Amino acid sequence: MDTPRRAFIYLGGLGISAGFPAPLWAMHISEGILPFHWAAFWFGIAIPFVAYGIWRLKTISKNDIAFKPLVGLMAAAIFIISCMPVPVPMAGTCSHPCGTGISGIILGPAISVLVATVALLIQALFLAHGGFSTWGANIVSMGVMGSFAGYITFKALRSARVNLAIAGFMAGLFADWATYITTSVELTSGIRGDLPFMSLFWKILIAFIPTQLPLGVLEGAMTAGVVVLLQKKRPDLLVRMKVLKPEEVAA
Amino acid sequence: MKRGAKSMDSGSKTKQCLFLCAAIILLSFSLLSPLAFSSEGKWPGVDESVIEKYAKEHGREPKQPLINTDQGGLLLFVFFFAGAVGGFVAGYYWRILMVGRAPKVSKEGQQKTI
Repeated sequence: MDTPRRAFIYLGGLGISAGFPAPLWAMHISEGILPFHWAAFWFGIAIPFVAYGIWRLKTISKNDIAFKPLVGLMAAAIFIISCMPVPVPMAGTCSHPCGTGISGIILGPAISVLVATVALLIQALFLAHGGFSTWGANIVSMGVMGSFAGYITFKALRSARVNLAIAGFMAGLFADWATYITTSVELTSGIRGDLPFMSLFWKILIAFIPTQLPLGVLEGAMTAGVVVLLQKKRPDLLVRMKVLKPEEVAA
Repeated sequence: MKRGAKSMDSGSKTKQCLFLCAAIILLSFSLLSPLAFSSEGKWPGVDESVIEKYAKEHGREPKQPLINTDQGGLLLFVFFFAGAVGGFVAGYYWRILMVGRAPKVSKEGQQKTI
């Protein structure tokens, strides 16, 4: 069996396997958790990023016809990854990776936000995963913070001449952790009432740690794996997306 | 011949490495899962164990989703369907992107073949 066909079957299998969980093991903020004014505030933060993502997608796809399949691949991958529950035996809980580290590196953070926005909308509408009123907050935590944290970490490490796999790993790790730190901020600000912000924030963040610490490592490994795989299979694509420099591929 | 032997060597090394990883994961699951099961009796998601727990403590309850698919086996079907479609789309685009040889990039960044 040739490699693309095998990859096709593996990815299909991965997609189907994401369909098996019966209860939800989600991390997105559920419908109704945030009060209206906070939900509206997070929508307000998310809208400019989504608009910029749409503009970037239009601009890049005008000049590069190979870009749309890449966006399609990343959108499907993020959708699958962000509803794939992973049990964490040390904590006895389940959660899922975000995938925005990978898309942030490959598509750039702006388009990654857009891709996450679409994935989160489908999950909120049809999978009872997240919520429509909390869509804005979930876009900010998973889309904006995940994508930008992954992208900035990767770029910073690559400019310091860190190995591609290690930079990918760290980008995935920080994208995951940034998502959960932001979720803690959103939740704290929404539910704290008159309580001091920091004490509740630390409580929530510490409660996330047993699950998200190992899951971040998994997300890092996954991100590194995808970046290295693409480097081997389609280095030209990574050059075009400015993930690699042409001289790095030619060397 | 040497190249073939070398690629077979690296192939078997990869298989060994994958087998080792799978064994470590299975072992850690079998060792640690009793701890997890004894503490909660199930595998709650962090939405339940963290987000909803703290929200409830502070007077915020989750509401029913706009389209409530969380009813019996319906959610299982929706997840299965979404996973299958997502997997197909990912595989389809992967095939489009990966079929054929990747063009070689010269030092100047120019593509030699498509």
